[in-house]
Order: sequence, then C-alpha cells, then structure tokens
Amino acid sequence: MNIWIAVAVTAVGCYAVKLAGLLVPAGVLERPLVRRLAALLPVALLAALTAQQAFADGHALVLDARAAGLGAAGVALLLRAPFLLVVAAAVVVTAGVRAVAG
Amino acid sequence: MTSAGSGLTVWQSCALSLLVFTGASQFALVGALAAGGGAVTAAAGALFLGVRNAFYGLRLSQLLALPRAVRPFAAQWVIDETTAVSLAQPTRRNARMGFAVTGLSLYLLWNLTTLLGALGAEAIGDTALWGLDAAGPAVFLALLAPMLRTTTERAVAVLAVLLGLGLLPVLPAGVPVLVAALAAPAVLYVVGRRERTVRPGAPGGTR
Repeated sequence: MNIWIAVAVTAVGCYAVKLAGLLVPAGVLERPLVRRLAALLPVALLAALTAQQAFADGHALVLDARAAGLGAAGVALLLRAPFLLVVAAAVVVTAGVRAVAG
Repeated sequence: MTSAGSGLTVWQSCALSLLVFTGASQFALVGALAAGGGAVTAAAGALFLGVRNAFYGLRLSQLLALPRAVRPFAAQWVIDETTAVSLAQPTRRNARMGFAVTGLSLYLLWNLTTLLGALGAEAIGDTALWGLDAAGPAVFLALLAPMLRTTTERAVAVLAVLLGLGLLPVLPAGVPVLVAALAAPAVLYVVGRRERTVRPGAPGGTR
C-alpha cells in the first residue's frame, strides 16, 4: 500500500511539473529576457545530462569506454556525419574499447 | 526493469512507467524504496528529478505553440528526449512532428520494456555489454550540437557540463543537473553586462 502511495504521489507531481512549464502564459514568454532564458535552459540541462551519462557511475566520476564512444560521436559530428552514423560510431567504439580492455 | 528487484509488483512497475514516464524519476523512486526509504522521501527525490521538465515545457510551449486544450495531453511527453528532438527541428511543423513521433514511440517502447522487464524476461540482457549505454549520450550530443551556434550557447554548455560533473560527487542525484541549469542565467547576465558596457547609450537594450 505504501508503495502505491509513493507511485501515486510521484505520478501526480511529475505530471504537474511537466504541465506547469507548458501553461506559463504567452505574455510572460514574450518578454525578451524570458525568451532568451527559455532558449538557453534546455542547452544547459541537456549538456549537463550528456556529460553525466558519459562520465558518471552513481556518484563517482569515471573515465571508461563510454568516454571513447562519446569522443567518436564528437568526431563524427565534426565530420558532418548523419545522425545514425554518429550514434553507431559511439556504440561501436564503446563496445570495441570494452572488448579490447577486457 | 530494475523495479521488479526492489519489491514492486508487476502492476506497480507498469503504473510507474505509464503514469510517471520520466526515467530518472522512476529510477530514483525505485532506488529509494529498495534502499528502505520511506514513501514520502522516495517520492520527494523523484519529484526533484522531474523539475527540469518544467524548464523544457517553458521552451516547448513557445516552440510548438500548442492549443490550450492539447497541452494537458502533450504534457506527459515533456521529457529530455522529446525536447532535444523538437529543438533540433528547423520549423514549427517539424518540431511538432518530432515531438509527437518521439513522444509516442518512446512512450510505447518504454512501457513495453517495463512490462517485459517486470515479467522477468531477462532476454534483453546487459546493455553495457554491447556499448549501447553510449548511445544515450551520443544521441543527446548529436541533438545538442546544432544548438551551439554562438559563443553564448557554447559558454552555457561548457559551464553546465562543469557544474553537472563537478557537483555530482557531493550533491544528491538529480540536483547537479538542476544547478547546472543556472549556467543559463549566469551566462545571460555576463553577456548582458558586456553588451551594456559596449553600448552605454542603449538603456536596458538587452531587456
């Protein structure tokens, strides 16, 4: 029962948070400062998230095969490779480094 | 998938994926419950992780310009992936399409894998074995790259990465990413000040 309560609270809360962003009135969003801030926030969040997914293991920072994979993706992006190739490069290089490193 | 191991029933696992649909929050909730945390503590941590979706919504609502009646339905799909895809699109039409396609396919896939995982179908195996865990960051990087057009965006990204990684060891899960969001106002402030010193004759020109 306890778990169901936690599930319900989380579900309602997470939905409310998602909706809140969408419901901010258009008038507020018209202001240039808000506009610029709203454009930059996802950049900050996604950049931090990308870094964490590549270099974090729980609370520890690690440099493992994923870093090589992300590096390969970066190189592929600089070479203007298509999207799927970028992702494939990351996966293949990560798997390769793992296979070599054992 | 991990939820079955922490005392949640199949129904509870599926309800989480169907109703919460924010991976990070779900893992946080399940992890806290598994660690013996109380329902309230667990839910609080999960909510904290979900806060960034509000910032995404802020941007998406400008970008997608959804009719008011559609917003409550679209809200459930406001997550990292749909935002990244929508922002990478050149036009509003494409952005709406990207949001809908990404949202729907992720929602179906996420709930399907949850069901399979909860039922004990371990056939999917360990994603780390094949290097698939590098696909996530690579996808984000590919979607992020076109957004880094000017020095302002690049500065925000670099600062956010430093904050996100630097604070990771010391703050609870989910908080570093939120702190990293401060990179946006911080860089805007610096840029605003610089513009004002360059053009002192323009009062509040950046506001």
